[in-house]
Amino acid sequence: MRRFKEFIIEKIILLSGFACILFVILIFFFLAKDGLALFKFSSPWNFLFGTLWSPLSEPPQIGILPLFLGSLIVTIGAAVISVPLGMACAIFIAEIAPKWMREILKAGVELLAAIPSIVIGFIGMTMLSPIVKHIFHLPTGLTALTGSIALAFMAIPTMVSIMEDSISSVPRIYKEGSLALGATHWQTIYRVIIPAASSGIVAAIMLGIGRVIGETMAVMMLTGNASVMPHTILAPVRTMTATIAAEMGETVRGSEHYFALFAIGLVLFGITFLINFLADMARHRKNK
Amino acid sequence: MVDKIVVADLSIDYGGVHALRHVNLAIKDKEILGVIGPANSGKTSFLRALNRLNDLDLSCRMTGSIKLNGKDINRDMDAEEVRKKVTMVFALPIPLPMSIFDNVAYGPRRHGLNDKKKLKEIVEKSLRAAFLWDEVKDRLDSSGMKLSGGQQQRLCIARTLAVEPEVILYDEPCSGLDPISTAKVEEAMRELKIRYTQILVTNNVKQAARVGDRVAFFLMGELVEIDETRKLFTTPRDKRTNDYLTGRFG
Repeated sequence: MRRFKEFIIEKIILLSGFACILFVILIFFFLAKDGLALFKFSSPWNFLFGTLWSPLSEPPQIGILPLFLGSLIVTIGAAVISVPLGMACAIFIAEIAPKWMREILKAGVELLAAIPSIVIGFIGMTMLSPIVKHIFHLPTGLTALTGSIALAFMAIPTMVSIMEDSISSVPRIYKEGSLALGATHWQTIYRVIIPAASSGIVAAIMLGIGRVIGETMAVMMLTGNASVMPHTILAPVRTMTATIAAEMGETVRGSEHYFALFAIGLVLFGITFLINFLADMARHRKNK
Repeated sequence: MVDKIVVADLSIDYGGVHALRHVNLAIKDKEILGVIGPANSGKTSFLRALNRLNDLDLSCRMTGSIKLNGKDINRDMDAEEVRKKVTMVFALPIPLPMSIFDNVAYGPRRHGLNDKKKLKEIVEKSLRAAFLWDEVKDRLDSSGMKLSGGQQQRLCIARTLAVEPEVILYDEPCSGLDPISTAKVEEAMRELKIRYTQILVTNNVKQAARVGDRVAFFLMGELVEIDETRKLFTTPRDKRTNDYLTGRFG
């Protein structure tokens, strides 16, 4: 009887373990089934490198390059803002701040992570976009830059908490060893602690960027939603995620447009999968 | 001989817990001072006060004075300056996570030396002085963490020698080593006596007897006795020293 119980419990745990993988595989097939159906209508080349996204025209123009570039610009912008800020923040929390301040800052970072993206979008729309408009003398404040800034603040908490963990877990003996040789605190941080924590830092950056690429709500509110080829970061753009969210409700099931949105989902899936994979590689590099 | 370090009325506590009480002693130039005592006797706190590593612990309070070459290390010198002159070899022989060469060159580079040729010279000289050169000369670019325990500890010694210190502190440098590696480290210490003042904190009483010129015995934060090694081990003045050495407690 007891053996039987063991057996059942083991199998249930096994099943739960496989369930995660199963879900990923099912989602992938679901996306692939409708996404790949697009290629009955148009070629992958036209889909990936077409410069015009106009699915309602006749015949429909399905080229995701403007959307892909939109996502890329917003993501790079967000990374440029969030990586230095996040790193500085993590170093300060882990190495420099006194203990009482460390606790407050950590709680603050976690709170930042808990803010819903719609709220960030809301604040961005009412506060940030007028500022961007004013500073750069633009006709509209809803630009790629506005989206980048808002997304940077959504990526920072993820980055900071993982970076801070990996910096704090650098053995104390490295730090003392370096200080005992007469190196200054900053030299120690820069030459010993950051290199020793580098795999965790790279993983944190990757995960932060993954979050930025997948984000939908805030970018939809802030980037201006113009599906044209972007030429500068101060132009309105539209990201891949925002496109799906905005247009899914209006498509006819089974139309070329419908399949195109699924194909975008497939591309996004591929990108986030790749980023997570790279983050994992970075994290486990040290263990080999 | 001249006094290298003079410690006057040194007391240390960590957040109200006393670690060291009213210690007075002088360390002579180019001697090896063995420091023995049971756990919690304050010997590591004493060592960490000498190169201001106690500064890192914010709960640590210190009174009294420590003078190096007549200069007060807490008032007249920067922490970095003190640590360059008084370097430390730790209990766990952990090289920095970089190549053997970079480990040894770390200190000099941080102090502004970038000349490749000079760095090479210093690295070779330091590794030779730590009796490691012959074992690693063909693989200076491989990671310092791939060496054996004894080699790692000698690498740590080489790395401290590279900054050309005046005093070397050892915090139980052989606690994780086998007897043969220990013998090599001790041999290195004896050779280094020509140029450096060395202070060795150890739990191994016999080690203090083997390498120390003089030995200090700490107990519960107090300096009980300091004397020539032979005198302290054969005719200790204090009964507590005798009890510790004969294994009656501790």
